[in-house]
Formats: sequence, structure tokens, C-alpha cells
Amino acid sequence: MESKILAWQIRRDVLDMVHSAHASHIGSVFSVADIVAVLYTDFVDKEQLLRRDKERTRIILSKGHAGAAIYAALAEIGLMDKKELQTYGMNGSKLSCHVSHNHVAGIEISTGSLGQGVGMAAGIALAGKKAGRHYRTFVIAGDGECNEGSVWEMALFARQQKLNNLTMIVDCNGLQAMGKTADILDMRDFESKFDSFGWHVQSVNGHDHAVLKAALLYVDETKPTCIIANTVKGKGVSFMENNNLWHYRDPQGEAYDNAVMELERQRP
Amino acid sequence: MRNAFVNTLSTLVAEDKNLYLLVGDMGFGLFNSFQENNPERFINVGIAEQNMAAVAAGLALEGNTVFVYSLANFSALRCLEQVRNCVAYHQANVKIISAGAGISYGTLGITHHSTEDLSIMRAVPNMIIFSPADAYESAAVTLAAYKVDKPCYLRLGRGRESLIHQHEIDNYTIGKAIKIFDGNDCAIFSTGAISYEASRAAKALNAAGISAAFFTFPTVKPMDVELIEEYARKCKMIVTVEENNTIGGFGSAIAEIIAELKGEKAFLKRVAINDEFTSVVGSHDYLKSYYKLKGENIFDMVAKEMSISADFDAVGGGATNCLNH
Repeated sequence: MESKILAWQIRRDVLDMVHSAHASHIGSVFSVADIVAVLYTDFVDKEQLLRRDKERTRIILSKGHAGAAIYAALAEIGLMDKKELQTYGMNGSKLSCHVSHNHVAGIEISTGSLGQGVGMAAGIALAGKKAGRHYRTFVIAGDGECNEGSVWEMALFARQQKLNNLTMIVDCNGLQAMGKTADILDMRDFESKFDSFGWHVQSVNGHDHAVLKAALLYVDETKPTCIIANTVKGKGVSFMENNNLWHYRDPQGEAYDNAVMELERQRP
Repeated sequence: MRNAFVNTLSTLVAEDKNLYLLVGDMGFGLFNSFQENNPERFINVGIAEQNMAAVAAGLALEGNTVFVYSLANFSALRCLEQVRNCVAYHQANVKIISAGAGISYGTLGITHHSTEDLSIMRAVPNMIIFSPADAYESAAVTLAAYKVDKPCYLRLGRGRESLIHQHEIDNYTIGKAIKIFDGNDCAIFSTGAISYEASRAAKALNAAGISAAFFTFPTVKPMDVELIEEYARKCKMIVTVEENNTIGGFGSAIAEIIAELKGEKAFLKRVAINDEFTSVVGSHDYLKSYYKLKGENIFDMVAKEMSISADFDAVGGGATNCLNH
């Protein structure tokens, strides 16, 4: 499957999952969908993931609230029964709204409390270095998540340990829970921050698959890599784009119908 | 106690290339030979405990046994949510070491007094909690923690603790209390280095004519339920002694067990820090007196509860520096 098709499928699946479960965070999923799609299309060997091969690519979603995107990606590449997606957020389901590894094949760790998945990812990358393995670890964080001091503790540590096998993607959509990142706790210039922390930094359009893939392919000789992925929260449904209402609201009635219509018009 | 921990760990790392020690820029001088002999297995992560706990969890999930070391509240409470989510929830094979239990860093002030950690860590699912009384228990629980593939919390003293045991403890079973001596009237249960004070009280009580059993509890979670129930049925009084807040700690754990016991049973008195911080400065020994955790205090309290008239010094309590077994 091409990454563009996977990205569309993720959005289409998650629209129904969030609608049925009356769940939140659809805007975050639509923001990160292209990043997730490129990773699972071009950087994951499905068979390796399935048998938990020691050299499998590790993908960590540190912004765990976009977990639906990962479930949908796993279902679309055949690691989960697509029917399972319908249980998302339902009573008795194993698919919690914040991404869970418990009983879900293909997911490395559970996250949800921000700024913690990045540290675990650094530990996983460190283990690979120490054991002489060649796998890469990709961790996706939010720009709002970077308010957390633990992100910056990790940034110092990853550079100190020369974790060039670690790539952090910041899904930089400019919005966090209560509003604009710039108005709440302005992270200012991500590029110069990570550069000054000693990372290799690339700033890309987080919805351009070719550009994303090229950036994700890069491995520095010594430094960890940070990809600043400039994204639009709610990307793909016009009335959700850059509107933080859809950090919380679940699409029902006319909103749901309109979202379905818009996405169906984009069907690849 | 700390040296016993490091020595045990040094023996283990020589045989296990998947064992790591992360320190939060603490333990100056303590790990020199460990570091020299195992440079790839020792990482000073800097003064960044949240990251230390998360990194340890990630490292452990890849098949390693990871010890993390810092002082007092820094190794667990500073990063409690990482301990809960990254370590405990994932059942990561991480051993969290806290040195300087209770008020052992007396003069450093309350930031360095670790007096709620037993309570707080007890409430974290999947976490095994060790609180050794002396160097022999420290070595035994370090080995026990290493052998079990589960998250553990080890609460070590500051160093130079008086010995309770006279020799090494072989094959310590997690969750078991250790009998120092037996008795029928009351049973004194203690955990951690404060066991020395409990032992002084227990010995003096026996000299004063009260048959007092004395046990140390190197494990605080899981609890030795059978033993507690046995003595709660057999004795008139149970006394718990710990260097931790009264609320939620070792004594609370025992209270919970006794409270659920049907039928006739002992009454319980808990010797602990009574839900307070101190702004008083002083040595460890001074603060033990301040908080009424000394052998004398425990002795007086039990004698009063058991309605006997006796003096700690008169029965030779003051001279009790080591135990007869």
C-alpha cells in the first residue's frame, strides 16, 4: 500500500472510530496521519513487527492521544483485524483512546501522559546501540508535548549518548489542549532549540510524503535527528482544520456526514 | 548497606552483560570500581530523574536488567509518574534504588528526608518493595531483586548501619519476615535501619519480663501475611516500627491485615513519623529522639501499654549494642 492511501485510510477509519466511540482527539489524529502512514509504509517490515524481531523498527507514539491513528495503521497493514477497530473506546475493548501496548500486537509501549514516551524511546534506542543492533527508533511527539521538561532532559541525554539511531518527529501543528501553543507556552523556534541541544534538525511539511520520507531516511553519524513536521491540526476535513474544538468534539449528525463526504471526495 | 548493595551488584554484573546501572549524578566514590570494570554498563544520566526512569524502562523492555540509583526522594518521587507509567505499568525489569532512607540524612533538611516513599510506592501496582535493616539484608534483597523479573523499589540506608544479623542470609525469599527471636506477649515488627532501635527495645522488654518476639521485614510488599496473622492471634500486642510516615507505610500494611482478621486478636501500636515534617536540624540519632523512634521510646510505649513498670536503662537497655541470638 502506498503511504498516501494508508494516510487516507487512517483518516477514514478514525473518523468512524471516533464517531462511534464518542471519543476525542480526531484533530490530533488527522494532524499526525501522514507521518504515521509514511512510517508504517516505508520503514516497517510487517513480518518483523509481527514476530517481534529484535531488528524490527521501533515506532513510539509519545503523543498517545493520537493512538487511534496507530490502531488504524496496524489494521490497514494487516496486523489487526479491521473489525477490532470498531471496539475502539468501547466497554471491554483493549483499544484505549491513549495508545496501549497491552494485548495489541505491533505496539511497543503505552503512552498518554506527555513527555514520557520520548524517554522510553531513548532507552530503547540506547539498548539497540549497546547490543550492537541496527534497528532504528522513531518517536512522535507533539509540539504542545514539548512543554514538558522531561522532553528536554531526553534531548540532552540522547545527544550525550550519541543516539543517532533515534529520530524524533515533532508534529508541529501550533495548537495544544487549551489553544495556540504560541499563546500558552510559546516554544518559539524548535529548529534552533534542537540544534543547540546538538541534534541534527530538519524542518519539513508534515503532510508531504516524499519530503517526509526523505527526512526520515536520514541517519547522522553521531547525532540523533529531530524532524520538525509542520502540520495542520484536523488536516483533511475543512471545518476541522486549525480548529481546536476538534481536539475534544466527536463528529455526530451533520458534522459527521460532512466529514465523510469530504474524505470520500479525497479517496485515492 | 550501600556498600553491600554495590558489592552484590558488582558480582552480578561480572556474569551478566545485560545488567545496567544508571545513576542520577549521585553516589560519588561509591561506584568507582563498578564503573572502572564495567564502563559500558554504567551510565550517569545527569540530574534528570524523569528521564532516568523512562530511559531505564525502555532499556529494560529490550531484555535488560536496569538498576537506577539516586538519593532519598529523587529516584522515585521526583519521577513518580514515570515510575508508575513507564516502569510499573509496563512491568519493566527496573530496580529503583533510593539511598538515605527515612531521616538518615538528618542535617540536610526535609528535602533529603525520605519519609513518605514507603507509603507512596506501596500504592503502585506491580511494585515489589524492599527495605533492608542492615548490610546482610541489603545484600540479600539486592540479589532477590535481581533474580525476579519485575519492577522493584529498594530503600537503602545511608551507610554504617548497626548489624542486626550475624551472618549472610542465604536464599532470601521475597515477602518473608526474618525471625530474630521469638516471644508470646507481644511481637515487634520492624523494617529498615530503624530495626536497630526496635531490637534494643525488644531485648530490653524481654529483660523486663515481657516475652517479646522480634522480626525484621526486608520486604514491605508483598507482606508476610501468614506470619502477621499467626502473631496477631498469639500475642496481646503487635508493634510496628519504621522510619516513614504513619500513614500508608509499613505499619499501615500490617494494620490492614490485622483489621481484616476475624476473631480475637492483638491490638496494634505503630511507631512511625506522625504525619509531619520537621524544621529541626540534627543528626540522625538526634532526629530519632525528636520523632520518638529510639529504643527507649519504643520500650516505654510498650511497657505502658502492657501495664508494667520498668526502666529501659535499669533493665540494661542502654547497654544493648548488639543482639544475642
